[in-house]
Amino acid sequence: MGLGEDNGMKKNILIAFAVVLLMGVAAYASLFVAPTESKMGPIQRIFYLHAPAGMVSLLCFFVCFVGNFAYVLKRESKWDWLGVSAAEVGVAFCTVNIITGPIWAHPVWGIWWTWDWRLTLTFVLWLLYISYLLLRTLVEDPDRRALVSAIYGIFAFLDVPLVYGSIRWWRTQHPQPVIMGGSGSGLEPTMAKVFWFWFFNLVVLMVFLVRERYRLEAMRGDVQLLEREAEAA
Amino acid sequence: MALLSNTAVLLGKELRTEFRSRELLTTTVVFILTIVVLFSFTFDPSVSESRRFGPGLLWLAFLFAASLMLQPCFLREQTNDTLSALRLSVNDPFAIFLAKLAANTLFMLFTQILLLPVFSILYNVPVLAAFPQLVLVMFMGSLGLSVTGTALSAISAQARMRELLLPLLLLPLLTPVLIASTEATAALLVPNPIMPWKWLGFLTGFDVVFLTALWLFGEYLLEV
Repeated sequence: MGLGEDNGMKKNILIAFAVVLLMGVAAYASLFVAPTESKMGPIQRIFYLHAPAGMVSLLCFFVCFVGNFAYVLKRESKWDWLGVSAAEVGVAFCTVNIITGPIWAHPVWGIWWTWDWRLTLTFVLWLLYISYLLLRTLVEDPDRRALVSAIYGIFAFLDVPLVYGSIRWWRTQHPQPVIMGGSGSGLEPTMAKVFWFWFFNLVVLMVFLVRERYRLEAMRGDVQLLEREAEAA
Repeated sequence: MALLSNTAVLLGKELRTEFRSRELLTTTVVFILTIVVLFSFTFDPSVSESRRFGPGLLWLAFLFAASLMLQPCFLREQTNDTLSALRLSVNDPFAIFLAKLAANTLFMLFTQILLLPVFSILYNVPVLAAFPQLVLVMFMGSLGLSVTGTALSAISAQARMRELLLPLLLLPLLTPVLIASTEATAALLVPNPIMPWKWLGFLTGFDVVFLTALWLFGEYLLEV
């Protein structure tokens, strides 16, 4: 990946424009196309952003884990770049999920927050990946940073099912899964279409953001390499 | 076999270092005691309330203590670069981790067993009825704290602001240990204690997962 790619820049602006357009269509669909939920009313529409954002953040953390794992095995900087990019985007989506949750919960449950397993799990997950990003800022040497953060990332990811299991056994209030939650669950068909459209959009947004963040990290890597060469010369 | 004998030698070294000064154990005991006393001001420490909050209080104190106690684990090997010497003296670097985590588990367990009767007296929670079971829960819990804590101590030793970083990295990771140990302890502090097999099994699972991860990835943390 070179530094001065003007064509790449133009292409990126186009892609960004397309992503923004898609998000606009999705917003329209969730506000005007999807029917109003009978019990909760209009506030339920936040669900089209809330749930897919949570799902996409999990996807990001999985990508981060893949990057971490591959880095430990192969020691190629690109895997480290993938790891940090996916973690940052994942934290962003997770933040959206955590913020939209209480906005929905306050009118529907009457409380902003409850220590239910899904909420708690998301919060712990968010903390784990914030710690991962924090750790990266505190290690100077790039190779060291890549290695220790990759190993912490692996530990954090292994912890996820354990946190899930322990909290699950312990308490529960969040609405049961509406998507793929067994018999009796399921969305009204238009709602389902809007929901999956949102999910698709957020995945596109995620890929776009991770790719951009990756390019930035790659550029930083290049600059660091050049600096080292300059110092050596 | 070489792994075990190496570990035994290194464990001896860890224990000797500690028992020469006893600095770590003394400070940890005083630290936990302070937290236990301070907690009494945050709720009404009557018998029934103490049964409800006691186990969580105790384990939270242990968690905080662990995040401080594990600090010097790898840091003191940096002062005279003794870590390189250790690396050269064993063929499997896992032995270094194994020895350190065994030592940390023993230190943790020792402080817990020492402080359990004190907790029992201060908060009027009888612990003698299920003492062996409690020790088992504490052992599994301490092992969980030490396995993850030792690994993360090797990570944080390589960063800036390490004193703050270790608790930050360690505490969210320990959520499952906190829940499982607290629930298991709570089940043993009621008038008719029952063995909390479910939570003990969970703790065993946690210990196995992270012990395996440490075995697979630990050696990379010791690269120079």
